[in-house]
Amino acid sequence: MASIKADPSAHRRVQGLVHEDPARGIFRVARRTFVEPDILVREQALIFDRCWLYLGHESEIAQPGDFLTRDVGGRTLLFVRAKDGVIRAFFNTCPHRGAMVCREKQGNAGMFRCFYHSWAFNLEGKLVNRPGDECYTTEAREAGHHDLVPVPQVDHYRGLYFVNFQRRSEPLVAYLAQAAEFIDLIMDQSEVGMEIVGGTQEYSIEANWKLLCENSFDGYHAVSTHATYLDYLQSRAGGLVKRNLSVGQAHDLGNGHAVIEYGAPWGRPIALAVPAWGVEGEAEVNAVKARLETRFDPARAERIACLNRNMVIFPNLVLNDIMAITVRTFFPAGPARNLVNAWTLAPKDESATMRERRLFNYLEFLGPGGFATPDDCEALALCQRGYANLSEAGWNDLSKGMLSPEPKIDDEVQMRVFWREWQRRIAEEG
Amino acid sequence: MNATATLTVTRAELEDFLFLEAALLDAWRLDEWLGLFDRDARYLVPAAGAPDDADPTTTLFYIADDHHRLTERIKRLNKPTAHAEFPHSRCRRLVSNVRLLGGTDQAFRATSNYLTYRSKMGETQTYFGHHLYEMCKVDDQLLITKKTTFIDADDIRDQNKVSIIL
Repeated sequence: MASIKADPSAHRRVQGLVHEDPARGIFRVARRTFVEPDILVREQALIFDRCWLYLGHESEIAQPGDFLTRDVGGRTLLFVRAKDGVIRAFFNTCPHRGAMVCREKQGNAGMFRCFYHSWAFNLEGKLVNRPGDECYTTEAREAGHHDLVPVPQVDHYRGLYFVNFQRRSEPLVAYLAQAAEFIDLIMDQSEVGMEIVGGTQEYSIEANWKLLCENSFDGYHAVSTHATYLDYLQSRAGGLVKRNLSVGQAHDLGNGHAVIEYGAPWGRPIALAVPAWGVEGEAEVNAVKARLETRFDPARAERIACLNRNMVIFPNLVLNDIMAITVRTFFPAGPARNLVNAWTLAPKDESATMRERRLFNYLEFLGPGGFATPDDCEALALCQRGYANLSEAGWNDLSKGMLSPEPKIDDEVQMRVFWREWQRRIAEEG
Repeated sequence: MNATATLTVTRAELEDFLFLEAALLDAWRLDEWLGLFDRDARYLVPAAGAPDDADPTTTLFYIADDHHRLTERIKRLNKPTAHAEFPHSRCRRLVSNVRLLGGTDQAFRATSNYLTYRSKMGETQTYFGHHLYEMCKVDDQLLITKKTTFIDADDIRDQNKVSIIL
């Protein structure tokens, strides 16, 4: 990877990529940001190498010895729960010659063995066995160069595990700022905890990763891009609740994180039933809602049960608590392509029927085969193709509702929050 | 032996049916394709690499349609507002390794391997995998009661998404 320090003019070239004119209510982003390899190099160094990045959920490695491998922030990591229950993250590379020590997506192991020269590591990352160990000097053995390298920082909030590749940074909870309160609104949905349901959607979009950040909480595109999804909701007898889309608010959560919170006509498997779920479904949902009301004040119980939230935690974690809960993260594979991983999160203690409804709900909107996500992917790919014209048509507009006293969810305040933070970080001295 | 408890369907008959199915999809004659399904039929696409016994009620799939949602999926794909498939992509489906897996004319299982090419705006995706069919023969007509399409890849990074019927 090229160094961002090599070219002093590079720093000058990334000033003013986000142009804001509050007096005139104008907010624009240079399309170069989605195209230029130099900008991706700076994003790697100043964003992905510095921010807290989502790795996984504790439920994915619930038992001692459970592990999974995952690519995060340009690294390839090993996420593992040791016999003592402690969760750690390592760089998935043998200290000897560098081969990945684990090639499985997930599993349960007592140790990890690199097949190249058969070095073996325990779940704490320590070298425990290798052929010809007696041929190494004590110095070579004890210098600590022969263990798996741990990720410098691993921390968690309400079951969500994050990594940071810097040795020192602000703590995770400070980094999350007010986003933590909105994570609480998801994690409080169960008293025994939430879990990632089996099955990962690993797909890709032929567009810059930041376009997916914008799209994930873009309230303005719903009616136009997703007309066929809304048609579908109308078609299902008893598939709707009487709530209008787009009544809601956008919130700046600090540190580049933002959320929109709103009512919508779809059912929510936590505690907003649609008639199609029948008497039994309604009774089940009412019991959950009543329990929420004993645990929280009525307003908070109502928010948890009935309101929808689309949140982007800077730079690339999406937590959308909508017709189901999606946890989605994505990383650039070049300026014009991003790799997406999406999961669904659910209360551990929900009934089998509600779990079934939740998965059914998820798939009608979300994911690479849903009624909506493929059209988002198409829109983002078309944006990226349109940037072929950036020499003459060089700016994106994000001015909607710029001077509104109360920004609505179909305004663009949440994207502006993202972009201000992006500009601040990208213009830092390397 | 009770005649109704036997499987009279031949592989040749099944192949004719599956080749017709592929031809209808290639030609975007989706309403006719839907006519090959029983009124309670389901259409499922588990996440890439899923085992044959994957269950959509406990794991996250890409597609798990009941007949109503499948009908709506077809209505959607026929609209210009199904943006991912407007204009329609060009597709060609190759179907092979067709096998009858047993059962009776009232309920039998079959499998095939597939290779599907999709081309749109200068880019081509390749999908490969196998289908599992649950079918029946009613009034001399074959009908699909359940079609599960397995994508036998690690993931769908190369394919982006599943916006066509596989």
